[in-house]
Amino acid sequence: MKRFSILPLIAGCALFAGAPTTIAIHNARVIPVSGPAIPRGNVILRNGLIEAVGADVALPADAWVIEGDGLTVYPGLIDALSTFGIPEAAPAVPTGGGRGGVPAQPAQPTQATPAVPVNPPARGPEDRPYTTSWMRAADLIRPADRQIESARAEGFTTAVTYPPRGIFAGQGAIIDLAGEKAGDMVVAENAGQFVTFTTSPGFGGGFPNSLMGVIAYVRQVYLDAEHYRLAKQFYNAHARGTPRPDYDRALEGMLDSPRVLLPARRRIDVDRLLRLADELHLKALLYGLPEGYRSADLLKKANAAVLVSLRWPDKARDSDPDEIDTLNVLELRDQAPSTPAILAKNGVKFALYSGGIDRRADLIRAIQRALAAGLSEDEALRAMTLSPAEIYGVADRLGSIEKGKIANLIVTKGDLFQERAEIKYVFVDGIKFEPVEEPLPPGARPDTPTGPTADGPRGAQQ
Amino acid sequence: MKPILVAGAFAASMLAAPPIVIQNATILTVTRGTINTGSILIRDGKIAEVGEKVNVPADAKVVDASGQFVMPGIIDCHSHIAADSINEGSVSVSSMVSIEDVLNPDDIAIYRALAGGVTTANVLHGSANAIGGKCTVLKMRWGKDAHDMIFEGAMPGIKFALGENPKRAGNPAGQRIGAANVPPRYPATRMGVEDVIRQAFTEAKAYQQSWKDYNEKISRGEQAMAPRRDLKLEPLVEVLEGKRLVHAHCYRADEILMLLRVADEFGFKIRTLQHVLEGYKVAKEIAEHGAGASTFSDWWAYKLEAYDAIPYNAAIMTRKGVLVSLNSDSAELMRHLNDEAAKTMKYGGLSETEALSLITINPAKQLMIDNRVGSIEAGKDADLTIFDKHPLSNFSKVEKVYIDGQLYFDRDHDLAERPVHDTEKQKLLDKEKEQQRRPAPGAVRRPAA
Repeated sequence: MKRFSILPLIAGCALFAGAPTTIAIHNARVIPVSGPAIPRGNVILRNGLIEAVGADVALPADAWVIEGDGLTVYPGLIDALSTFGIPEAAPAVPTGGGRGGVPAQPAQPTQATPAVPVNPPARGPEDRPYTTSWMRAADLIRPADRQIESARAEGFTTAVTYPPRGIFAGQGAIIDLAGEKAGDMVVAENAGQFVTFTTSPGFGGGFPNSLMGVIAYVRQVYLDAEHYRLAKQFYNAHARGTPRPDYDRALEGMLDSPRVLLPARRRIDVDRLLRLADELHLKALLYGLPEGYRSADLLKKANAAVLVSLRWPDKARDSDPDEIDTLNVLELRDQAPSTPAILAKNGVKFALYSGGIDRRADLIRAIQRALAAGLSEDEALRAMTLSPAEIYGVADRLGSIEKGKIANLIVTKGDLFQERAEIKYVFVDGIKFEPVEEPLPPGARPDTPTGPTADGPRGAQQ
Repeated sequence: MKPILVAGAFAASMLAAPPIVIQNATILTVTRGTINTGSILIRDGKIAEVGEKVNVPADAKVVDASGQFVMPGIIDCHSHIAADSINEGSVSVSSMVSIEDVLNPDDIAIYRALAGGVTTANVLHGSANAIGGKCTVLKMRWGKDAHDMIFEGAMPGIKFALGENPKRAGNPAGQRIGAANVPPRYPATRMGVEDVIRQAFTEAKAYQQSWKDYNEKISRGEQAMAPRRDLKLEPLVEVLEGKRLVHAHCYRADEILMLLRVADEFGFKIRTLQHVLEGYKVAKEIAEHGAGASTFSDWWAYKLEAYDAIPYNAAIMTRKGVLVSLNSDSAELMRHLNDEAAKTMKYGGLSETEALSLITINPAKQLMIDNRVGSIEAGKDADLTIFDKHPLSNFSKVEKVYIDGQLYFDRDHDLAERPVHDTEKQKLLDKEKEQQRRPAPGAVRRPAA
């Protein structure tokens, strides 16, 4: 459950209906990210797109003009891995139903709870444990999700959002963080297949109950998907006289996914997952990477892009004060924020994601730690705008202030990554929002969010 | 403990590393007797010469080992270190999983094994299932990435298990708490364990045949769809084809005979029987099958099927012609396998060389890597352990360990590094404490309550 000490509420200006379709930001400092900063320039937005940007761009007669003196315009931030807009997901099901499997969930939940679980423990990869690979975030989006508001108040205008639970949790979508209907929000419906290393409890809970079981499962599923593809192809060519292959929605989901996101905490995870990706010819995107500072050589060699969580590992608040951590653990906590700087220095492509940090002050603090460890502000900004757009193959529409791209912008007073900077306006699809501070709800206690892991999005199982 | 820096320097360009001469040591070659005062020349990671006198190249690094004992690096035929998971216990046949997928080169147990003189270990899947996962032979190359630790060219293995462990997970008591509706995992008896193995190999033979049929069709130019690759059955086909070694966890004489008969029937070999505490009762049959035995010196009675054990097991099996090794099955016991070997001299009267063989050349033969390691002979890998006293004395300590001619453990270096690590650690602790005391730059502003 999220709580906010200060809930920066986004108040739309007359929101959607009647909002001006043409807006000009006049005489502001513009940071396009794709090119050099423009100390004093204009940005014209029309019909949700950036119509023009530059120092000498004329203001259209029909534009609603915002005076930009003392303001800076940045591309809207992209949260490269999130669960924004996804309803609190049901626990992952031990059996996903595959060949001969059972349905993941009863189609119509009945009143009476059955005496035996609907899903018996998986007896092997064939039962497709913890698999909902066919599920699409784009079909699940709830525009009213409060996370969308709080993310916008942090400066995010776009997020890549995933169904969070299961080994093959489902397919992510790239969404703009405003809209009345889910359909308004989706920029790209197929960002990739989200994988977590979920295991069953104990020996009685079904396959897999170990990390090596999960990896074996991943391997078998990709082999099965390739076989399935060939079998369907063969059947279509020789339907007469050939027994038809069984339909398998788990494998359909795999074949639909253009890339796969794999969790990597330590150097050894990076090593083993890059090997696995190579073996199975996967387009893999590793996420998490608190130990990325030790892994740059492997990533560079594999020419792999990664998503780095801004939720740096910290000493647990309730840890035993008498228990001294090992040198390795202390080093990890000390060095993790240097990961982005080291990846940048080694030419490894990376994006930063919030990891469930849902307050602007906390987000800035996390970014400041990366800056203190040697990352430049330009690199940090790129890692939250153009780089994620490039990694997901949508840099033709998102990630920078360029003519023709989607009009997702943030306008600040002060440098974006300074805590004192104020976000004046957020534009999503050309529609202006103004963050305002909401007083603390009566009886609410300031608290840090609970639950999210260091390397997953909020609520993901690791 | 950080990897030794000097080793790192050698690692950078092993081939260009200067030769090493270990001088004036007592050399326990294991296969070629003992040289009371001798030397070893190491070149390009291999033992180039061994003898009372060896050539000392001008550029050689000379290590004076006066009064010290050099033996082949110790080989542990049964270990569970250096892996992030050990048991895929949810199914009775887990041959689709592989230790190689979850190797963890940062496991401190690797360094501690080095400190006990171990240079090679057979890292096994656990014993929760009749047929377990795939196993990997590692060299203890501390500081290297996972795949650089794998003993290159060693034949891969697979774990089998008989008796209480594989049938226990099928007992309702073995279920997770609150899972009353979960059907118990088959099998629940020793008979069931046999059945699981028979069933799996029956399936494996059918799978093998399906690929043969497919390949024949293709070679005849017919249209055919390839069978689905089955990662569970592929390793079992490799066992049938003699390309993967079976290491079978077992205790009782009856189940040992059962497994040997099932293997004979299906036409494959059991490479080693692991634990095999009642092996002394059926040593003749084990020898006839050609299986090796890897046992404990005097560790027993930790469960019912381990009650009928005797400390003479290793010696009796040796005398009956079984190839015997002693293993650790434990990150702790792994650090003093030399002590374990020594016990067989008291219990069963093995000779010094026979005792040392149990932790060097015999496990090397069991793992089919004896052409590379297990004794001190010219041409073999320079995997050497230097003790300050005779390794069969329990007062002895490991001074240095070489793998491929590189120094991976040095007692003096270790002792010198300890204060350095302590300082480093204190610095990080202080830094963290300081950060916690300071209000963070982005601390949340709260309205007064």
